[in-house]
Amino acid sequence: MYVAVKGGEKAIAGAHRLLAEERRGDPAVPEISLDQIEQQLSFAVDRVMSEGSLYDPELAALAIKQARGDLVEAVFLLRAYRTTLPRFADSLPIDTADMAVRRRVSAIFKDLPGGQMLGPTFDYTLRLLDFSLMAEGKPADIEVPMSASDPMPADAPAQMPRVTDLLVADGILAAETDDGERPADITRIPLSFPADRATRLQALARGDEGFLLGLGYSTQRGYGRSHPFAGEIRMGDVAVELQPEELPFPIEIGDIELTECQMVNQYKGDAENPPQFTRGYGLAFGQGERKAMAMALVDRALRAEELGEVATSPAQDAEFVLSHCDNLEASGFVQHLKLPHYVDFQAELSTLRALRAAHAKRAEAAE
Amino acid sequence: MTTPDSRGGSYNFAYLDEQSKRMIRRAILKAVALPGYQVPFGGREMPMPHGWGTGGIQVTASIIGRDDVLKVIDQGADDTTNAVSIRNFFLRTTGVATTERTADASIIQTRHRMPERKLQEGQIMVFQVPIPEPLRWLEPRESETRTMHALAEYGIMHVRLYEDIARLGRIATAYDYPVQVNGRYLMRPSPIPKFDNPKLDRNPALLLFGAGREKRIYAVPPYTDVKSLDFEDHPFEVQSWDHTCALCGADDSFLDEIVTDDKGGRMFVCSDTDYCAERRTADGANAEAAE
Repeated sequence: MYVAVKGGEKAIAGAHRLLAEERRGDPAVPEISLDQIEQQLSFAVDRVMSEGSLYDPELAALAIKQARGDLVEAVFLLRAYRTTLPRFADSLPIDTADMAVRRRVSAIFKDLPGGQMLGPTFDYTLRLLDFSLMAEGKPADIEVPMSASDPMPADAPAQMPRVTDLLVADGILAAETDDGERPADITRIPLSFPADRATRLQALARGDEGFLLGLGYSTQRGYGRSHPFAGEIRMGDVAVELQPEELPFPIEIGDIELTECQMVNQYKGDAENPPQFTRGYGLAFGQGERKAMAMALVDRALRAEELGEVATSPAQDAEFVLSHCDNLEASGFVQHLKLPHYVDFQAELSTLRALRAAHAKRAEAAE
Repeated sequence: MTTPDSRGGSYNFAYLDEQSKRMIRRAILKAVALPGYQVPFGGREMPMPHGWGTGGIQVTASIIGRDDVLKVIDQGADDTTNAVSIRNFFLRTTGVATTERTADASIIQTRHRMPERKLQEGQIMVFQVPIPEPLRWLEPRESETRTMHALAEYGIMHVRLYEDIARLGRIATAYDYPVQVNGRYLMRPSPIPKFDNPKLDRNPALLLFGAGREKRIYAVPPYTDVKSLDFEDHPFEVQSWDHTCALCGADDSFLDEIVTDDKGGRMFVCSDTDYCAERRTADGANAEAAE
């Protein structure tokens, strides 16, 4: 009986066996391949890469397969692998102005240099279940004439200037400048407060999409209003470059797919600064538009103090947001409540019984 | 021993790379130099979830060597599921010897208990810590609590304990009971029952505390004064039971209450399984010798 209460080694082995069985499901159904996950569940792959802080679609697909589609669990697997990898070098900062753009929209100008480009978006689809996908094989044609894999139209410009750069040139949007300082690495140095913006953005970039979405949403409903406009959202491939010490020029090591969102927000100005727009910034691996937009809202909200705004809402509180946005930390700590707490509970039980006895004695004396 | 992965790489001895281990050891050295002070460290993701002991596991991973003998307990027991899982992790990634005997271990990783048997010089006890900050429930902001520690401004903790006495006639904190280390830093001993607090004081072993999610390490070096907070007229006291252990008869150990049926049946047994087993073996031997 005693051993049964304490659990043990056999139970764990049994649980692992059951888990493996559940993962495979009915053996009569063909096993899903990593290629299929990478190609056909690409949003899941992108999210796992973003929150796992590792750009590796193959390993992300593996993590998703192993985690049976539990994306937070998949993020966990990827991070636990990432932490063991040696670091060879830092890449140069990527330049999203040089992005090979596949989607680019601005909500603040009807037309602009480079034009608007919808790309492969859910935005204007009717959310009707497409029953033709139930059948194996080729789905019926849908009304969108251009698929994501079609080449860019011939008149697409080679470069699309960022909308925000145009606004900065006009002086109506606060410029963001690189102070040349090496940003901290929150995977090596623990967060401390106050945290500078580069550090905050790192934490948000790997933060949980759902948590940031809710926080960003709260700023739109009066909890830390920042009057946002989607200045620009762009998605596409960007080259990653390394600058080896022994070469006079940088070398390209590959492309990564990114989604960037720059929110443009009102700012009333202060004694030193004239009224102007400010911005919030969001960036995600792959096609992570919802995440990038939510991140940009929260980034701007977290700049309240720097911009002299009164910070009263959860989304404006850096310590609150950054300490709780990591889903690995949150999921672990919430779920650790499943672990045995016999000893603490026993200690509480003794205290409670003593308090109840004292209470009963007092009640008796009062009568 | 290394564990190969499918891309031809392999995991390092004790999982973490040597650079990470060095970083953690530097944090431990600082923690030992400043007893009770919470040293921030670059906490790594481990292959088990936060809240499962990732802090303790990182500390153990960075100090463990091939000659070490490891004991892992949870709730005082070697056979609780999480203790089994952590012990297996180190078996797999280091291949070091493991033991259930407190006396034989050079490193003991624990969650929520200290063994009943006195520790010796040279032994290291590694505690898994969920929340390292003793002032957290009184002040949620890290920026504030760090200043309070810098100024040794601990009045609010005494006020909180006093409020218990005023309302309930006694201090109601039963575990994770706050202590002051070396007359300086206020420290959370991790959620051990206050029954174990006296064992922290002037312990010959090195006590290391690791909080993975919160990325903090702190330490109580051997023979350091550790005082549980109290008042002159309400001195610190520990739990006691009206029962003895139903298995070994111990009257000096922390007892777990086990519900044996749905009619109010209860049984009390040692939470420290090694202590209990050792006492039973010794009793058996004595009985045999008497025969």
